[in-house]
Amino acid sequence: MREGRALSPGQAALLALVLAYLGLILLLPLGAMALRALEAGPAMLLAIFSDEAAMEGLGLTLVLALIALAANGLFGVGAGLVLVRHRFLGRKLLDALVDLPLAVSPVMTGLAFLLVFGRGGWLEPWLEVAGLKVSFAFPGLVLATLFVTFPFTLREVAYVLIELGTDEEEAAVTLGASPWQTFRQVTFPNLRFGLGYGLVLTLARALGEFGAVLVVGGAISGQTQTATTFIYNALEERQEAAAYGMALILAVASVLFLLALEWIKRQRGKEK
Amino acid sequence: MSIRVSHLCKRFGAGADQFTAVDDVSLEVQSGELVAFLGPSGSGKSTILRIIAGLETADSGSVFFAGQAADHLHARARGVGFVFQHYALFRHMTVARNIAFGLDVQGKPKAEQTRRVHELLELMGLSGLGERYPGQLSGGQRQRVALARALAPEPQVLLLDEPFGAVDARVREELRHWLRRLHDEVHVTSIFVTHDQEEAFSVADKVIVINRGRVEQAASPAEILDHPATEFVARFIGDANVYEGVAQGGHVPVGRLQVPADGLPDGTPVSAVLRFYDLKFWREETGIARVTRTMTLGDRVKVEARIDDGPVIYSQFPRRSSLLAGIEPGARIHIEVTLARLYPRAGSGGIIVAPGQALS
Repeated sequence: MREGRALSPGQAALLALVLAYLGLILLLPLGAMALRALEAGPAMLLAIFSDEAAMEGLGLTLVLALIALAANGLFGVGAGLVLVRHRFLGRKLLDALVDLPLAVSPVMTGLAFLLVFGRGGWLEPWLEVAGLKVSFAFPGLVLATLFVTFPFTLREVAYVLIELGTDEEEAAVTLGASPWQTFRQVTFPNLRFGLGYGLVLTLARALGEFGAVLVVGGAISGQTQTATTFIYNALEERQEAAAYGMALILAVASVLFLLALEWIKRQRGKEK
Repeated sequence: MSIRVSHLCKRFGAGADQFTAVDDVSLEVQSGELVAFLGPSGSGKSTILRIIAGLETADSGSVFFAGQAADHLHARARGVGFVFQHYALFRHMTVARNIAFGLDVQGKPKAEQTRRVHELLELMGLSGLGERYPGQLSGGQRQRVALARALAPEPQVLLLDEPFGAVDARVREELRHWLRRLHDEVHVTSIFVTHDQEEAFSVADKVIVINRGRVEQAASPAEILDHPATEFVARFIGDANVYEGVAQGGHVPVGRLQVPADGLPDGTPVSAVLRFYDLKFWREETGIARVTRTMTLGDRVKVEARIDDGPVIYSQFPRRSSLLAGIEPGARIHIEVTLARLYPRAGSGGIIVAPGQALS
């Protein structure tokens, strides 16, 4: 376009349509939120950092996100290797199931967890014996977060593994490398950007998760209230400044994630 | 180290999709030899190579290194250098680290690694490129790095899977000379897989022709050219016209062309394989064919003609040869068959027939 190549009327109309669409569903709401937050004034926004409930919620969300990060880092690489490199009965079924969390509404996920772990749930008798509380408690939040986040790293890792093929691994083996040496020195370094990309998506998903943690956790302030459920509760209680303050924190995190994803994409491009 | 392969079989897939890649293959490679596996794509030649390397497991049969069965040995313990068609260089490591990899995983001291890397960079004409990444090299350079990496741990056997398939023609030519020179210097027992007969014949001491998972012929290049053991070899090696016909009065008629078939009983169905260079064309108004096209291919000219009442026939002549006089599209020509190879269609044994004499 910069060379001044004229758009045909059809192309111009399509471009206008795309821009209008993106403006309406992306920029307008995000811009409105930013404006509203600014209107509230820096002081009120900063007040969020001295709001004990807010900080507890944010802390809880961060802990959940870190757990999701660690679990998906290990699980994503392990399951990716199994799914791509091994042939076993039921592999296709497993491959399809991996995408389930993307297809299922998080609220439904929360309900499903309640059916298993909640009051009158299948596992309740055993949990009681063990003295474990899962629903409306931290373990429930962890389970819900892991459920909604697990496709991201796995998918990225599997995609990279398929693209890589087995040549480099076979070369390492013929050169005398053990399975561990092959993984550590050949497979893993080739996975690192895919894994990084998947982990940033995981982090974003974990920070943003709402429905499942609300249903399973109940958003009890100081106990199971996360950053997103804090916003929800604050709006319910008409504490708009707190809601926008927290929303702004999450928005800043999102921008950082976007930048991280762009950076990884570029690094990946360089390596090819 | 000598390699012997005995009654190797390998099938892929299951049920109706099952496909026999290697079908009872036995072959031998002497210590220090440079051998080519030559065959069309899908003939199973790469699979045999991968089984020798231990990258694939045979369904039955055995591989012997220096007379010792190697079937139970894992690929990493076979001491085999393997070069892949698409280089398979470790893309996140420098050239030097790629080459040192085999020594590094064996725990060889750093000083020894560095010395060997330098030695190989020099041998491969890659001096000064040690700190580059594979992505910064040309195809030919990458394949030389792959070769250096495979040679670094001083393998007893070097296996190359279509090593020059991914580079352009000029570089391919260069790499062939490289491989031959390298082999003359290092003398490691080597097998390379190729579908290019020129490559096989110009580089290897011995060529093993493989088709549909079976060994068709294992012999020196000259032997294979002069005495193809099977119809497949005769068709596949050297450019040839192939006709099916029935012997009649000492000839196999192909249109108006009489292919000599002295001593063949009337009514025998045969495939007649006529190499381009075993044919002579000359201009004659009363001839039996008409030239339809001439194609200049570098130093050679390929001539296409249609036999009266028969199929198309090709021949080939040196570009400035007097044999080409008057050979132009539209010209009537006579055809002389200087050597014909006839293969009775039921069996596999070939009969070579030169005019006036019948050989077997």
